[in-house]
Amino acid sequence: MNTPVLSVDALSVEIPTRHGLLKPVDQVSWDIAKGEILGVVGESGAGKSMTGNAVIGLLDRPARISGGQVRLNGTRIDNLTPAQMRKVRGKQIGMVFQDPLTSLNPLLTIGDQLSETIETHLAVGRTEARKRAIAALDEVGIPAAKDRIDSYPFEFSGGMRQRVVIALALCAEPSLIIADEPTTALDVSVQAQVIALLKRICRERGAAVMLITHDMGVIAETADRVAVMYAGRLAEIGPVAQVLGAPRHPYTHGLMGATPLASKGRKRLAQIPGAMPRLGALPNGCAFHPRCPKAQDKCKSDPRPTVQDGAGRAACWFPMEDA
Amino acid sequence: MTDFPQPDAVKQAQDPGRMSRLWASDFAYAFRRSPVAIGATAVVLVLVLAAIFAPLIAPHDPFNPATLNLMNGFTPPGTPNAFTGDTFWLGTDDQGRDVFSTILYGLRISLFVGFSAVLLALIIGVTLGLIAGYAGGWAETIIMRVADVQLTFPAILVAMLIFGVAKGITPPEYRNQMAIWVLIIAIGLSDWVQFARVVRGATLVEKNKEYVQAARLIGRTGPAIMLRHILPNVLSPVLVIATISLALAIIAEATLSFLGVGAPPTQPSLGTLIRIGQGFLFSGEWWILLFPSITLLALALAVNLMGDWLRDALNPRLK
Amino acid sequence: MIAFILRRVFQSVIVLLIVGLVAFSMFRFVGDPIENMLGQERTQADVDRLRTQLGLDQPFIVQYLKFLGNAAQGNFGVSYRQGRPVATILAERAPATLELAAVSGTLAVLVGIGMGVFTAIRRNGVASNVIMSLSLVGVSLPTFLIGILLIYLFSVELDLLPSFGRGDTVMVGGWSTGFLTKSGLLALILPSITLGLYQMTLIMRLVRSEMLEVLRQDYIRFARARGLPERVVNFRHALKNTLVPVITVTGLQVGSIIAFAIITETVFQWPGVGLLFINAIQFVDIPVMAAYLMLISVMFVAINLIVDLLYFAIDPRLRIDGRH
Repeated sequence: MNTPVLSVDALSVEIPTRHGLLKPVDQVSWDIAKGEILGVVGESGAGKSMTGNAVIGLLDRPARISGGQVRLNGTRIDNLTPAQMRKVRGKQIGMVFQDPLTSLNPLLTIGDQLSETIETHLAVGRTEARKRAIAALDEVGIPAAKDRIDSYPFEFSGGMRQRVVIALALCAEPSLIIADEPTTALDVSVQAQVIALLKRICRERGAAVMLITHDMGVIAETADRVAVMYAGRLAEIGPVAQVLGAPRHPYTHGLMGATPLASKGRKRLAQIPGAMPRLGALPNGCAFHPRCPKAQDKCKSDPRPTVQDGAGRAACWFPMEDA
Repeated sequence: MTDFPQPDAVKQAQDPGRMSRLWASDFAYAFRRSPVAIGATAVVLVLVLAAIFAPLIAPHDPFNPATLNLMNGFTPPGTPNAFTGDTFWLGTDDQGRDVFSTILYGLRISLFVGFSAVLLALIIGVTLGLIAGYAGGWAETIIMRVADVQLTFPAILVAMLIFGVAKGITPPEYRNQMAIWVLIIAIGLSDWVQFARVVRGATLVEKNKEYVQAARLIGRTGPAIMLRHILPNVLSPVLVIATISLALAIIAEATLSFLGVGAPPTQPSLGTLIRIGQGFLFSGEWWILLFPSITLLALALAVNLMGDWLRDALNPRLK
Repeated sequence: MIAFILRRVFQSVIVLLIVGLVAFSMFRFVGDPIENMLGQERTQADVDRLRTQLGLDQPFIVQYLKFLGNAAQGNFGVSYRQGRPVATILAERAPATLELAAVSGTLAVLVGIGMGVFTAIRRNGVASNVIMSLSLVGVSLPTFLIGILLIYLFSVELDLLPSFGRGDTVMVGGWSTGFLTKSGLLALILPSITLGLYQMTLIMRLVRSEMLEVLRQDYIRFARARGLPERVVNFRHALKNTLVPVITVTGLQVGSIIAFAIITETVFQWPGVGLLFINAIQFVDIPVMAAYLMLISVMFVAINLIVDLLYFAIDPRLRIDGRH
């Protein structure tokens, strides 16, 4: 197999606080290959976004990477200097944020924002940068890109703005795209279009995508593989069909029970009892055990078993059997 | 906190009974934890006490010509006078007045004008703010428009104009006697807007709360509701503004007096003393200028720090 | 946009009419203008003649309108104290104040914004903390004490800079300027620092807090995520957004510089309109006070209008919404 585009190896993030060290990301490992879309799901606070920020080197102080490695196309990037890391951002890793309304600078035209990004990363002049900016807008499906390039963000609708944001993230042709809840803030009708756009461009360019979302529907439609996070740890990872169809981790299983899928008919949605623990009060052993129907004594002391299951793996002592 | 007997006494002196019930514990705790607040309050307290008891503390009465000896003029601090052999702590001015005594009496006037002006601004501002917020309609429009126009101009300029006009109205023979009162009115009238704005804002919020509606239902009249129900709820932002205004008023008074349009030489405030002292800057009698200046700076800085701290401690949404 | 500007102009005119009413009332009711002008030796005939001449026998509203008409033509009457037309005196004095205010204002805006940005970017640096602590002392220092302190340091002790007056001035087309002589420029240094320091502190603190707020925004994060250099993120993206709220306050501050010049001019015996105004108050020279009030109001109103126009220049949302 070729070198993966992104390789995250036992990555941990810690935040020192007055009440001790918090670990919002704890020994997370995964690879994303060229042209592959990895969906990352989990509740708010599960560490999805924090992992994305750690990869692109935008952790807010005092959070910091405390262990593990991040490799991009085989090269370590977690130990680069800020100046080196800046050259990686935008050029090799593109990032799309949740809210298109606030991601664009309201006082600069979208042409200005595109051109400055292109000029920063590609050795091109002003005219060429503008030409490429128009092309980038064309590519994400902005109609009459040539006329609209000098418009300000507020002159676009939410869906159009997210297309601009995607154009901005992609304009320097990065090999990895991190999309952090790219559709959450959009109307349902627009969500599908934006997801389809993201999918199409990545396929065409062969970029790897880390798609962070809490929407199982988006994962099912878009991703090749899915990683499930819980309390900063990776609970389960594997091909979408396998994880969604036959989840091994009880948490994933519970999550599927709580997700309305058209195929499941009109059964009452199941709930997982309890709530995800706060980072400051993680239980010993498996973080899920207080809520787990299958928990036994072992789960309360021994933290992370890994069960390999074909192309997937789950961090559980007592994985679910096929239904 | 046995090393520091003052803070608790200070705190109680500051607290009107009703407020202390509201935030006594948190407030007192925050106060004990802040060396800046303790220090600033101590400085203010010392200066206020010194001003109140000036006649008892001051070695001389600078306004009684009988106790003055022109021979004592320009005595440097701490050294005996060449002619009379008298020693003065902070030296004397050109007329032989003891600088320490004039500062104590000047402080008295500065603080009196400052507190009175703030009190006047507070009464006007709170009353108009309550009316604007509670009554609404044309009363609100007029009050807030006037406030807006006045806010366009710096308070010190408004105070100067009021002072100038008042001086024009007063017959010349009463001008010196009236100067202090005119000063209080001028500064007070220039500073009511902040109070009115905050109180109006808070009143608009409180007006629609259920307890006010209930009071109205049981037949209470407007003024009674405003006084008994709304006023207590706007007290803590008013207290913060009053403290900050006090610093501004003290500086404004000093500035006007320094410019010669405030307290007259017969009743010198700190600003007047600095005005007088500035004349001796080049001739080497530095003490006449330095000591009043330091006193004024300490007072203004300490009150400002208290205001800053109060704002953070009470954390009303002022801005 | 045009409608907005027209509305602001209309509001400005209202403000000016109110101020004019205040100025006129001062003129009319504070002291007796006739007594002030004629002095002790006067006959009843003189009084009556002057009363008619000044139009004091006409109804209040007519007098007010006449006053406004005269004021609009720059005619503010005759100074009680100097016996010369107020307009002439003001015209002589204005260049001194305007030059001082221009230098202080530029200083306050440039240094204030620069230090505000610096302390926001280096939020936890030692230099930033020192600057922030000093600024609190700066806010508590009365302007006149700053002036005296500077005079003491640079004139009395070091003997480097003049402590009073404008130095040598040159007349350029009816405008006396101190910019063209060495002594004129040296004389400007201490007064302009004194005058600008307080506004500078305020602008700095405001820029800092606004900038910190902007730096937390998503679009700054997104700009970083695109690998833009820090310089571009801080100055092109953050600073521009910071300026929108800063402009209002800065505009007001520039306005108050002209008013605060009164204090600085007194400390440095700077022969400007501020010193003139203070003397007018001391001697109850009502025409000068009224004229100064009108002049200052016109300036404030003009500054407010410029601030509104600057909004349009900076914020495209206003510009384009107005176009539709």
